[in-house]
Amino acid sequence: MENRKAYWRANLRLVFACLLVWFTCSYGFGILLVDQLNSIRMGGFKLGFWFAQQGSIYIFVALIFFYAWRMNKIDRQFDVDEG
Amino acid sequence: MDLKTLTYLVVGASFVLYIGIAIWSRAKSTGDFYVAGKGVSPLANGMATAADWMSAASFISMAGLIAFLGYDGSVYLMGWTGGYVLLALFLAPYLRKFGKFTVPEFIAERYYSKTARVVAVICLIFVSFTYVAGQMRGVGIVFSRFLEVEVTVGLMIGMGIVFIYAVLGGMKGITYTQVAQYCVLIFAYTVPAIFIAIQITGNAIPQLAFGSEITNEGVGLLDKLDDIVTSLGFTQFTSGDKSKIDVFCITLALMVGTAGLPHVIVRFFTVPKVRDARMSAGYALLFIALLYTTAPAVGAMARYNLMNTIQSGEVGTTDGNLVYEERPEWMKTWENTGLVVFDDKNGDGRVQYYNDANPDFQATANSYGWEGNELSVDRDIMVLANPEIASLPNWVIALVAAGGIAAALSTAAGLLLVISAAISHDIIKGILAPAISEKNELRAGRIAAAVAILIAGYLGFDPPGWVAQVVAFAFGLAAASLFPVILMGIFYKRMNKEGAIAGMVTGLLFTYGYIEFFKGLFLKWAGAPWGENVAENWLFGISPEGIGVIGMLLNFAVALAVSRVTAPPPEHVQQLVEDIRVPRAM
Repeated sequence: MENRKAYWRANLRLVFACLLVWFTCSYGFGILLVDQLNSIRMGGFKLGFWFAQQGSIYIFVALIFFYAWRMNKIDRQFDVDEG
Repeated sequence: MDLKTLTYLVVGASFVLYIGIAIWSRAKSTGDFYVAGKGVSPLANGMATAADWMSAASFISMAGLIAFLGYDGSVYLMGWTGGYVLLALFLAPYLRKFGKFTVPEFIAERYYSKTARVVAVICLIFVSFTYVAGQMRGVGIVFSRFLEVEVTVGLMIGMGIVFIYAVLGGMKGITYTQVAQYCVLIFAYTVPAIFIAIQITGNAIPQLAFGSEITNEGVGLLDKLDDIVTSLGFTQFTSGDKSKIDVFCITLALMVGTAGLPHVIVRFFTVPKVRDARMSAGYALLFIALLYTTAPAVGAMARYNLMNTIQSGEVGTTDGNLVYEERPEWMKTWENTGLVVFDDKNGDGRVQYYNDANPDFQATANSYGWEGNELSVDRDIMVLANPEIASLPNWVIALVAAGGIAAALSTAAGLLLVISAAISHDIIKGILAPAISEKNELRAGRIAAAVAILIAGYLGFDPPGWVAQVVAFAFGLAAASLFPVILMGIFYKRMNKEGAIAGMVTGLLFTYGYIEFFKGLFLKWAGAPWGENVAENWLFGISPEGIGVIGMLLNFAVALAVSRVTAPPPEHVQQLVEDIRVPRAM
């Protein structure tokens, strides 16, 4: 039972961290801070615009793979993986 | 070979492929029919999910929307990708562990209630039919332009094809057809994008060309675009008109909606393990991102090409605009469909395309001798017309037609399957006739799919907006109804049936009512929309596309409040929640 609780806590911690990145790169950089970031240029892009139309998507993809990898590791750590 | 013959050949060949796959992988049991026997590899499921979910809205409509909306189009880009993060983090692994056939089935067991199941089925049907109406319009557009048949006939052909493989193959047939459809659609989407990127910037990768300089001009594509459009009274391409709260809410509604769409969720029931469900979400988004990072580049390049064609010279000079008689071939062909319309308001024989709704630009336009915008271009045609605008070879155009049809059919099939599963598995087997034999349930599923196709076709004749817009409403409804109760079902053990039912009903009614009030969805015959759809009338300045967020918050709030004052769920349900939280029992 203790082990189960610890597993769930580890999961929630990871979920929370991922969610923070998810929120920051899309709602943060792509929407709320877009005007401020647009004064910075990256190549031919204004940075805020780039985050809204490109950057956030790349980060989402990386984030899911990171989560899957970490979570599978946590499964093994707590011995609840599917063999 | 002329374009029409070539298009018939390419589209016909793709149909033969889909039907062949359907026959090869036809469903033999209800397990096959609902969840493809739970034997799909995470990679194949990722591809199938990508095709399932990238619809006519993504393929045909989205780049066109971005072309005209610029930065505001970001809501679709972030909204329709970010939802996969929520799906991977909150739903997919747990629902896979639960391991049954349908979304309402999860809700029924988690909330130990047939009423909850029925409410979930109603939500699912609402969401899925809204969505499928958008697909059918997409099929109609493609057929009417490329196969030069009536939209009605085009719809019938599309319905016929979906009928064959969805009814015959069930989930198993759909899965492997979708893998093929993904390949067709991504190839069809990227090839013209690459060609056009090379033409405009010399850089073959659209994602990079997007931020590159235009060949021989020494100025960046986006900067040039900002210049042209502002000189014609439009908003800068890289900034938007929508208010921040609206952009925020639409994006969130689309994201949460993605995670709450039954036909997407159910795809994660088809993989063998919890681990596979997590990986599969990653693959799905990777395949989706290939199109989604290309789309804004396509949108920007299409807008640039369009502007360049019409505003061929200096803005405001007498010979700066395209002479109508000398218009390019693609304009003539699209004029035939009525989706491009020219009206020479100032009678100078030239095409003026500018923002006549901008009061600040009025004086400038008058000084040029312009008497109103003369060209209207339907946003849905941009991707389809793109290869013609860029004068690409005919086989590319034929390919785009096949890709558009693949995108619409794959999504329509996935939607029709969840609708039929909800009828045969949740309503007939789950409630009306629990003793039904597997053979009869399978038959009921097939009949339900057939009926659903007919209704979908009917809705496709008269949808309430552009493809992407219609579809956006489905997301709002899913965000407000299904997502919250599934999430709380997994993450909040104390949530009970009273709370879940009250929450779903509130979220659905509120969101649907708001959309119907401003846009009219199903009640057109009763005079909907009843309210003028302008920002001043909106609640908190949130448009019907974004209102799902408020619906979702209401759902959460009502569910939590009601569950507090009613009895906690029984012991065996709390145990169920414990069980789905771990991949393997400890």
